[in-house]
Amino acid sequence: MALREIISSGNELAAHAAKDAGCKFFGGYPITPSSEIMHELSELLPAEGGTCIQMEDEIAGVACAIGASMSGVRAMTATSGPGISLKAENLGLAQMAEVPLVVVNVMRGGPSTGLPTRVSQGDVAQAKNPSHGDYKSITLCAGNLAECYTETVRAFNLADRFMQPVFVLLDETLGHMHGKAMIPSEEEVEAGIKPRAEFTGDPAEYKPYGVGQDEPAILNPMFKGYRYHFTGLHHNATGFPTEEIETCRKLIERLFNKVEAHQEEIDSYEEYMLDDAELLIIAYGSVSLAAKEAIRHLRAAGIKAGLFRPITLWPSPAERIKHWTDKIQKVLCVELNIGQYRDEIQRASGRLDIDGLFKVNGRALSPYEIVEKVKGM
Amino acid sequence: MAFNYDNYLRVDKMPTLWCWGCGDGVILKAFIRAVDKLGYNKDDMCIVSGIGCSGRFSSYIDCNTVHTTHGRTIAFATGIKLANPDKKVFCVAGDGDALAIGGNHTIHGCRRNIDINFILINNFIYGLTNSQTSPTTPQGMWTVTMQKGNIDPTFDACKLAIAAGASFVGRESVTDPKKIEKLFIKGFEHKGFSFFDIFSNCHINLGRKNKMASAMENLEWIDSITVSKIKFDKMSEEEKVGLFPMGVLYHNEDAPEYCEMYEQVKLAHQGRRQNITAADFAEK
Repeated sequence: MALREIISSGNELAAHAAKDAGCKFFGGYPITPSSEIMHELSELLPAEGGTCIQMEDEIAGVACAIGASMSGVRAMTATSGPGISLKAENLGLAQMAEVPLVVVNVMRGGPSTGLPTRVSQGDVAQAKNPSHGDYKSITLCAGNLAECYTETVRAFNLADRFMQPVFVLLDETLGHMHGKAMIPSEEEVEAGIKPRAEFTGDPAEYKPYGVGQDEPAILNPMFKGYRYHFTGLHHNATGFPTEEIETCRKLIERLFNKVEAHQEEIDSYEEYMLDDAELLIIAYGSVSLAAKEAIRHLRAAGIKAGLFRPITLWPSPAERIKHWTDKIQKVLCVELNIGQYRDEIQRASGRLDIDGLFKVNGRALSPYEIVEKVKGM
Repeated sequence: MAFNYDNYLRVDKMPTLWCWGCGDGVILKAFIRAVDKLGYNKDDMCIVSGIGCSGRFSSYIDCNTVHTTHGRTIAFATGIKLANPDKKVFCVAGDGDALAIGGNHTIHGCRRNIDINFILINNFIYGLTNSQTSPTTPQGMWTVTMQKGNIDPTFDACKLAIAAGASFVGRESVTDPKKIEKLFIKGFEHKGFSFFDIFSNCHINLGRKNKMASAMENLEWIDSITVSKIKFDKMSEEEKVGLFPMGVLYHNEDAPEYCEMYEQVKLAHQGRRQNITAADFAEK
């Protein structure tokens, strides 16, 4: 893999990733700490013949991006927690109608207006089910500057593969962190673009939602002779509203199955110094940077600690989590929230004795705090 | 020979879900006659609808169709249009959609003057959900949420659209389907945001408790509150009270259209023109 060195911020890297991944439409609304993504794309996209539009509110920002994606182009929106709250209803429509979309959330302190300029990981639970109703969301979480780029690229390919919104979680620390990142070349990213599946047969035979029970819908671009219907209502194989009992059940089950049956395509995690570890730290996002440094300090002091870092948060890499929590007795979950992902670690591991180090004052965790916590365990 | 609607209809979706005597079907037919006369290709058309009885409009026309969330038609349509500026994009929304929950998008769609044809099916009530007050329900009428008579002031959708910057604004009612067709033809061909306020009847959920329980009575009431713009303009202020002018109410062919302006943004970012300045707008 040919890597290139770039000096940039997490937000700018996410924007460049979108452009390189073939994104042609961005709709958004200014919100700290994600605005730089829109600033950057307002230059990058029109230069490539695409569109970047600042809409009248968060709702319109996501709605126009979904509209553009329905018509067949790769589309993105970016925001922070309060924006996700406002976008939630239309994210539900995109889940139901199976419209691909990349949604970057640069997390800040909440709830409500919270701490707009400060870091948090308070939207991890929200990313799992931002709107009402049943569906299986896909959420990726960048853990360093390079991943602000690579995970955004991956999100575009996953969105088109599974025909649904894909979240990319950054946090304020990563979004505004400025430094060196080693990222793949534009050519390599372009070569890796996997476009949506397309039906090429007789339009009279086209059934956009008439797919296997663990497969996503096949939604052709608009204006190409395949005239079909999008709706947020329960719908049949041709996309039209229905209340037929079996059709309704199968539709919602398929929204789960299409993700669960192919989880190996979505799973991503990092295992750091785990082979001989006697203490397991689980952390993600910018917190994992502090955790790694803490582990180096702990090892120097004779404590064999290691890190499991989920990169795909939802669906969680549950089997791999269980593998390590079965093997290692002492487990510490470190988060900038009050244990939103520890709940998932408990579920996946079947253990209720997972220790936690949680910080919710808008300040980053230092390696020192983690070292001190581990020493007291 | 009678006009054949089938070419633009999803015939297998007939009959519609609308009640007997509902005006929405009149608007659907006027829409089909208009796009047929204009010779629009079904593959080049996209209809975006919202929530409510009017929300079903999109599912009946054989083109690219999108049934969205409540009030957000313009936002979705803006993305579709900007990504496909050469296509014909239509929105169909109800009075709750356009003027209550989606009011902000109506304002900004008009302001941007993006080339979208926005059809407001205005039946003065939340019909589908059983008679709740809408922003156009006349004061004094019974609604299920104002059972002693509605006190909420009534919105004039066309005044709002003109003030917000729509470059084509017109109003007709289902009592005169030919006029709707003519208004559509004129507005669809206009380059810019075209706003159509089409009065429709809901004798079931507006009429039933307001002494116009039949379609005819409801239509007669609509006729009683409407007057042609030509007559309206000659009336005194006292005479105008409670009346709505009908026809083309505003038409500015020179207002810059948003997609065309965004093409200039692209050229500027590609180094193919100078930055956009006030001068780009001054001459128009």
